[in-house]
Amino acid sequence: MENNISLLLVAVPLIAAPVVAVLPRGRLPWAVTLVVTFLCALFASMQLYGVLSGGLISYELGGWAPPWGIEYRIDAVNAFVALIVAGIAAVTLPYALLSVEQEIPEEQIPLFYSAMLLCLTGLLGITQTGDIFNVFVFLEISSLSSYALISLGRKRQALTSAYQYLIMGTVGATFFLIGVGLIYSQTGTLNMQDLAVRLPEVAHFKTVNTGFAFIMIGIALKLALFPLHLWLPNAYTYAPSVVTVFLAATATKVALYVMLRVLFTIFPDSFLLAAHARELFIVAGIASIIIASVYAIYQEDVKRLLAYSSVAQIGYMAMGIGFASATGVTAALIHLFNHSLMKGALFMAVGAIIYRIGACRMRDIHGLGRAMPWTFGAIVIGGLSLIGVPGTAGFISKWYLVAAALEQEAWISVAVILFGSLLAVVYVGKLIEALYFKPVTESGKSVTEAPLMLLAPTWVLVFANIYFGLDTELTVGVAEKAAAILGVVNP
Amino acid sequence: MKPNLILHVVSKFLIPLIIVFALYVQFHGDFGPGGGFQAGVIFSAAIILYALVFGLDAAEKIIPSHVLRILASFGLLLYAGVGVVTLLLGANYLDYSVLGSTQIAGQHLGILLVELGVGITVAAVMLILYFAFAGRGRT
Repeated sequence: MENNISLLLVAVPLIAAPVVAVLPRGRLPWAVTLVVTFLCALFASMQLYGVLSGGLISYELGGWAPPWGIEYRIDAVNAFVALIVAGIAAVTLPYALLSVEQEIPEEQIPLFYSAMLLCLTGLLGITQTGDIFNVFVFLEISSLSSYALISLGRKRQALTSAYQYLIMGTVGATFFLIGVGLIYSQTGTLNMQDLAVRLPEVAHFKTVNTGFAFIMIGIALKLALFPLHLWLPNAYTYAPSVVTVFLAATATKVALYVMLRVLFTIFPDSFLLAAHARELFIVAGIASIIIASVYAIYQEDVKRLLAYSSVAQIGYMAMGIGFASATGVTAALIHLFNHSLMKGALFMAVGAIIYRIGACRMRDIHGLGRAMPWTFGAIVIGGLSLIGVPGTAGFISKWYLVAAALEQEAWISVAVILFGSLLAVVYVGKLIEALYFKPVTESGKSVTEAPLMLLAPTWVLVFANIYFGLDTELTVGVAEKAAAILGVVNP
Repeated sequence: MKPNLILHVVSKFLIPLIIVFALYVQFHGDFGPGGGFQAGVIFSAAIILYALVFGLDAAEKIIPSHVLRILASFGLLLYAGVGVVTLLLGANYLDYSVLGSTQIAGQHLGILLVELGVGITVAAVMLILYFAFAGRGRT
């Protein structure tokens, strides 16, 4: 049984998805999905515990030995990311019940949860597998289901934004596949460990270089790394609240994990260090922090504001990769975890406002903070974490990122990180001003606090933001271990 | 729709052949070229031809939409279920060897069931897609 946990983590949501699709309407589909996500979170924590105490887990699918068969290969890196994905899913699902009943037409609810489960299957599959072609397959499973989920948003723009994401996402997945094909043509293998052994021999071939470039661009599209982020603000803005929470907290994180794997496990370090890829990551990071944060300040829609802030946060992670040092990668992994917590909490709180008033433009939410104190509190603490105030999770990630920049005496990067926090103060401040200090609108006077079913999961994430800002043993400890496994050392 | 004698006769002659060919591709897939995906597409082509010639309502009478939804789910469940059975028999997920008395018999049975699952799901999903597009604008 213990050996099968890593497999069940992917197989249980996969099996549950078709079952949920044919269940009758009502609350049963939600209940089944809830149980499955809790099971997944349990499996993921058992798996992380197993990896931290026992080391590597390797699972051969179908009993075919790697490198020929598909292998699930779990170390501290993927166990950590799998726990984030499964954990966020488990917190999102209790929240989903009321929000989904309000936003999704009743006859589509079973299919909605089925798509959620497929998306979870795909994201968990990407983290579990040790086979790069298998990564592509799971990437498509998660992407296709998320296109469908986004298109279910209430506004008609949801359809165009889902279509935009479909086109960009497919281009990304295709580039990734072309890259995989090119390196397969030179090495004859798809197993990540085997690729790591064989690639150094053929690293000087143009085909391998081209493959590397294709894979990088493909993942950068999925990651929404500036300037390939154009699909993200629309997709997050028009998707149903629950979908925004789940995708914002997991999808780009998993893409970042794939990026780390490809750069540090599969390809020899020379690719990142020699081909100016490092500088590219830092420049893209700086650009997204500054440009996306400025965009965020000028947004009229709260969800779009937070979406642009997500693009900026991805910039911090890219910067961490660009430093190519143990501290930098540790910072990227810590921020990956912490950003899931902050954006999860913030989008949940905004979802609670949408649940009450049906919209979230700046002028609609004037003064609502006083009518919805708990929701407002969640936004304040989530916002502080986003800024990086000491005592919140955001502070920890910024701290490690600045430390990584100082190590390399990258003064511009240090300045940009601090400047980015100042910009975050502006857009979070704008949100708080609208919510608390503006006079209540006529229609806002009858608004009451969101129901407990929405507040409780939100506050679980808010407390997580504070907890992981004070006790960093799990995040920093695991992230440091993961960076060591990825084989990055301080230069 | 105005009935067209030639279309009706020719398609009534062709549809059984297409279905037989689909079944051949399905069940010969483990020895020769073919398999569940191709068979599913060919099978759905037979129904789509029927719908094109005899109208959408007639086709929906043969396979109603709610049945298609169940079939699409059943195919995936069959695939994943084979994996669960191998797990319960003590082997790794989708290790078919334990399904039969010998390793070869097990592998054979496993791939047959899994491909059947793929075939059912693909055929059902192709028809769902066709009905969804062809049914647009109807009340």
